[in-house]
Amino acid sequence: MSATLAKGINSFKEVIDAPIASFFSSCVHCGLCAEACLFYTETGDAEYTPIHKLEPLRRVWQQEYTLLGKLGKMLGLSKPVTDAELAAWEPLVYDSCTLCGRCAMVCPVGNDMTYMIRKMREGMAASGHAPEDLVGATMRSITIGSPMGIKWPAVLAQIKHVQAETGITVPVDSPGAEYLVLMSSMEIINFPEYLSALSRIFKQAGVTWTLAQDAFEATNSGIQIGASDLAREIVSRIVVAAERLQVKCVISPECGHAFTALRWEGPNLMGRPFGFEVKHILEVLDELHAAGKIKTKGQDARPLTYHDPCQIARRGGVVEQPRRLLNAVAVDFREMPDAGVMNWCCGGGGGVSANSRAEPLRLEVFKHKKAQIEAVEVQTLITACANCRIVMEEGLEHYHMKVEVVGLTELVAQYLVEDKTT
Amino acid sequence: MTHLDLLTFARGSALNWALIIFVIGIVLRLFEIFGLSRKADLATPRTHSPGSGWRTMLARSIPPPGMLKRDPVTYIGGYVFHLGLLFAIFFFAPHIEFFRSMTGLHWPNLPTALVDASVVAAMVALGMLLAHRLNNPVKRMLSGFGDYLAWTVTLLPLLTGYMAYHHLLFEYTLMLSLHLFSVELLLVVLPFSKLFHTFSVFISRWYNGDIFGRKGVAS
Repeated sequence: MSATLAKGINSFKEVIDAPIASFFSSCVHCGLCAEACLFYTETGDAEYTPIHKLEPLRRVWQQEYTLLGKLGKMLGLSKPVTDAELAAWEPLVYDSCTLCGRCAMVCPVGNDMTYMIRKMREGMAASGHAPEDLVGATMRSITIGSPMGIKWPAVLAQIKHVQAETGITVPVDSPGAEYLVLMSSMEIINFPEYLSALSRIFKQAGVTWTLAQDAFEATNSGIQIGASDLAREIVSRIVVAAERLQVKCVISPECGHAFTALRWEGPNLMGRPFGFEVKHILEVLDELHAAGKIKTKGQDARPLTYHDPCQIARRGGVVEQPRRLLNAVAVDFREMPDAGVMNWCCGGGGGVSANSRAEPLRLEVFKHKKAQIEAVEVQTLITACANCRIVMEEGLEHYHMKVEVVGLTELVAQYLVEDKTT
Repeated sequence: MTHLDLLTFARGSALNWALIIFVIGIVLRLFEIFGLSRKADLATPRTHSPGSGWRTMLARSIPPPGMLKRDPVTYIGGYVFHLGLLFAIFFFAPHIEFFRSMTGLHWPNLPTALVDASVVAAMVALGMLLAHRLNNPVKRMLSGFGDYLAWTVTLLPLLTGYMAYHHLLFEYTLMLSLHLFSVELLLVVLPFSKLFHTFSVFISRWYNGDIFGRKGVAS
């Protein structure tokens, strides 16, 4: 066991950089980060204070990278981080943090707790303290190609279904296409309407696109569990396919962490910038709409609201695009309180939804989303992340709320002006 | 040793040593941070906004929407304390005179009555913040010896300065010496405690603004 603890501590030491040192140096223990975290606001449990979740990492920083800490360690005055302590911290680091980044927006001294939790998870995984379900999902991603164990035949079945429904051919492994389209397991299993919507939109826009047989999965459990070597392997499949097919742009699907994995972590995991662009589907739709390549007709009369997925908005910078698209297709679009970059997480991001142990807590903290939805009195909730979508559908069902959740791409496709002759 | 001898020591070698430890401590702590460096971000930033770090450095002084209501004691107490301390240190006429004697630099002072009131307000705020720290479950859990030490060494210069100015408790020369010793204690403790945020806050806010800014989000 000590070997794995040693690996974990080494990993902590490796991930500590100047930003982390400045964050720990600046913390004044004001506790305001707790007020921004839905795991604290909805439970009142002080243990869920974001900076507290980082305590083992902080002690390693102090003992290894500060003069006073080193002196304390030499004199035997400091408390070393133990395996039992890391085991006790596992639920704090994985079950009660969705990497949503809201705490990082409010910390008065500017600490980015999410940046730190993401890195701390590297040491947690290396020391054998990652949730079993996330370990399983990551292993399936590596061995099978998808965290939910989906293989190409399942995608092919969906392609056939979409082709039959739309009459449009779904291109596969088509070299020189403008866009390489990725999907998340969740979309393949639960939301086939995404691929159908995309086929229609791209046909209308007259752009070339393709799926890749060896890189259809966009999600990346490696970044959720905190295993950069595995995350690199998962991301490299997409990079290899994009380069082989010589696409100009890879489209991250309606999935939050997939976008973070590919757009922000991808080049750093690979150790080189990409020769292609990475865009979230909402960015692409907004560009096509602005350029007049896709037009919409009619507007949805239902009162509806939009849930900003954390990794798309706060951690991804895609905030205005969904609003422009929604205003084009909806008459009564209502903003939830704190919408945009200060939106509250659905409670299932960062690997929480894949961790069955966290389910009761996830449903409890969904109360915040419930209150946000109730405040705008709508029965239709639009979002752009399949994980948020399934988490919210479960939460809504748990609280007996009659609210329908719809993907934004699908909604745009519903009002698409289609020229059937082209 | 007479009170005057004590004051001479407080203004002389004690102050010099405290300043030496302070400066070395600050340089060391800054080196501890920047020495760790960080890897270059290879992801193409959404916007080329080199100013985002600098903007967050200032913008983070304002509570984000909804936060003031969630914890008014921390925000209001924090503002009153920091502003009171700033006024007392840099805008009290005798302090400006002291800085001038040391560096040659000087600037206009605030009316003494205003500084006096701000010191009282700062001390009241510190008291409120301590009570809040002891009562709020989150703050209490996060707090340790370092937090209470930092609180004490911050209060002492305010308290002794106020008492010296109002000729309370001890004879003025002795009280002024105690005031200087308390400042020296603060100077020695600051680099090695959470009070170092006086300097590091600008670094951590800059990194925060830079990390978010590259993704196209103003933080």
